[in-house]
Amino acid sequence: MIKAVARRVAAGVVVLWAAATAAYLALLAAPGDIVDAIIGDGADTPQIRAQIIAEWNLDRPAIVQYLDYLLRAARGDLGRSYLLQRPVGEVIGEQILPTVQLALAAAVIGVVLALVLAVTTRHRWVRRVSSTAELMLVSTPPFLSGIVLLSVFSFRLGWFPVAGDQGWAALALPAVTLGLPIAGVLSQVLRDGLDRALDEPFAVTARSRGLTERAVLIRHALRHALIPAVTLLGWLTGVLIGGAVIIEQVFGRPGLGQVTLQAVGNGDMPVVLAVVVLAAAAFVVINTLADLAYLLIDPRLRRS
Amino acid sequence: MIEVQNLRVTFRLGQKSVEAVRGVSFDIREGECVALVGESGSGKSVTARSLVGLAGPQAHVEADTFTVDGRDVSRFAARDWRRLRGRYAGLILQDALVSLDPMRTVGAEITEVLRTHDIGDRRDRPRRVHDLLDAVHVPEPERRARQYPHQLSGGLRQRALIASALAGGPKLLIADEPTTALDATVQAQILTLLAERRATGETLLLISHDLAVVSKLADRVLVMKDGRIVESGDTRTILAGAGHPYTRQLIAAATGRRRENTAEPGEIVAEATALRKVYGDRTVVKDFGLTVRRGEIVGLVGESGSGKSTVAQLLFGLTDPTSGHVRFEGSEFSGIPERARRPIRRRLQLIAQDPLSAFDPRWTVRRIVGEALPKGADPEPILDRVGLGPEYLDRYPRQLSGGQRQRVAIARAIAPRPSLIICDEPVSALDVSVQAQVLDLLARIREDDGTALLFISHDLGVIRDIADRVLVMHDGRVVEQGPVRAVFDHAGHEYTRALLDAVPTLEVTS
Repeated sequence: MIKAVARRVAAGVVVLWAAATAAYLALLAAPGDIVDAIIGDGADTPQIRAQIIAEWNLDRPAIVQYLDYLLRAARGDLGRSYLLQRPVGEVIGEQILPTVQLALAAAVIGVVLALVLAVTTRHRWVRRVSSTAELMLVSTPPFLSGIVLLSVFSFRLGWFPVAGDQGWAALALPAVTLGLPIAGVLSQVLRDGLDRALDEPFAVTARSRGLTERAVLIRHALRHALIPAVTLLGWLTGVLIGGAVIIEQVFGRPGLGQVTLQAVGNGDMPVVLAVVVLAAAAFVVINTLADLAYLLIDPRLRRS
Repeated sequence: MIEVQNLRVTFRLGQKSVEAVRGVSFDIREGECVALVGESGSGKSVTARSLVGLAGPQAHVEADTFTVDGRDVSRFAARDWRRLRGRYAGLILQDALVSLDPMRTVGAEITEVLRTHDIGDRRDRPRRVHDLLDAVHVPEPERRARQYPHQLSGGLRQRALIASALAGGPKLLIADEPTTALDATVQAQILTLLAERRATGETLLLISHDLAVVSKLADRVLVMKDGRIVESGDTRTILAGAGHPYTRQLIAAATGRRRENTAEPGEIVAEATALRKVYGDRTVVKDFGLTVRRGEIVGLVGESGSGKSTVAQLLFGLTDPTSGHVRFEGSEFSGIPERARRPIRRRLQLIAQDPLSAFDPRWTVRRIVGEALPKGADPEPILDRVGLGPEYLDRYPRQLSGGQRQRVAIARAIAPRPSLIICDEPVSALDVSVQAQVLDLLARIREDDGTALLFISHDLGVIRDIADRVLVMHDGRVVEQGPVRAVFDHAGHEYTRALLDAVPTLEVTS
């Protein structure tokens, strides 16, 4: 047990390190000069340049800078933003909450909607209509559906604010936009799993006990259908992180997406690295949760 | 209790409709044990499931008269059926590993029946579950109720499934192939349990492809073929002088028939000495020795977990022994690199229990058999040898019946002219009537080609019908061996005797 946990944690650390290193190399290879990035629109004289190089230790070899970065990161110090001239931890700390809110709300909408669709639309035309609608949700890019939702519910009907982050009302449209494609994919996977489970002999046995079709579905088949859906948790994390960047742009929401775009555009390396490591950490955590969820759902996977 | 006149069940599959049951009439009286016998596809399961309204969503059920418990079920709404299921009639399916929900404990499955039909109050139910498990002779019911089906042995699982069918106190038990997935000794125990239930007053409807299994229990037998009942009557009369040729065929299959070897065995083909295989801290094969000569059929018998499948893997060179040797055609076969084994692999073939999973589902028969032949060779003659015409060449595995699939597997195995074929439970998944045909085919191939066969099975009846010599395995060890007749007539080891007693036999009194 302890061995398994230790192996898990070690693997997670390796993933984080690999993600940070890959991002570091990519940014090194990118065009643009760090000093330019730090100066930004400020005064540009040779004296100031020399001062910056000395202050940020930019004259040392790349490998030393890299190792120094890793050491500081391991201690929890993510460095200072070139652009904002403030500690990265602070910058991210301010912006993380709206993004987490958006991601969680979208995940809840996606999962709940998928469950409702898969369980309630089982037969005949309802099923066909639902399947078609889901396929459309999956194949529509979020920025497009976001714009459509905005123009209908904010501009025309005025039910929701157009932009910004003013509480729950402002969260609704972005979360729905991000949640819909998730619901589309998950509901198809769940429906497929339910179909297969209901064909199994144990479903016949359950019916032969006098259970209603709904009870067979909820008490027996649903649990079996959850297994393939849990496999998609990793994919879900990717969609949420990648999607948040775009959605925050479309809806003019503050959050990590805005920060990331700005940082990438201006070569603000410390911020980009921190975002990458943060995303990798989210992946590691979610995948671990998925593995635990398997054990919780399917007793056959538990070792006695 | 049940009266059915001219029952017809049709399945709609897209544009096509298939008639599974074509006008079946019978009745079941209180306290009786009725057996519905026929091969797969005869419509026997569909008939039985129609009795509880579970023929399936695509099924269209019609009948002139169809009453259960005196009530006309043709007017039944879904609600009426649900009240009947579990409470008036309990259904027991084949394999408890898949017929009980694998994600729920045995106790939860049994409780579900009590809760659905509002039997007893909440606090009372755990005790009822224990009583039910106790009634089907599951030891330590408190502990077992908390376990999942995969944590129980095959026999205990099947008992738990029966307990769940009994939970609603049904008058009628419908058992669809209740023992088919089980080893012979466990099968005998489950049959005893069913007989016990009958003695306590339950009415039984048994469905089976094997006359021998049901003949001890049933008062009456209904023989089904192609959706019709071709013969019915009380068990003794049917067994004594069956009128219909199909019934006679079933009886012959259930009685078994010895296939004698006429030729003398030739040189040694394969030889295993002092084989031992250890997995972790478990020794699964202990001191196993075997010689197979040309033209011989050697039977290897044992229950699940006895180590016989590991022996097959060792002989086949799929895994290396911890110690000991396998020699094949005079040269070392174990403990050598796979590259050295590959050239002689063609001379050693395998026939598996379930050919459906041993074939690529996207390959035609032509390609499956052609792969085992030299490039460009015509697969037709080989197919002809196993009794399949050229019209089967372009079919896919799923378009064949179980027996036809096993014939294709045999064709693929004999195509490279092997000196030894390892047959791992080659007929266990087949109906008894089809088993007989496949055994005939294997015996003929031995006779014509002089191929040696190692025949692995948990079914002593099959071994008795085809093998020259037999080895009995128990707990990884060979406990008895010798010529088939000697072992069967004068079993020395108590385990062999227990196995023999468990073989269902037909007692034909004429």
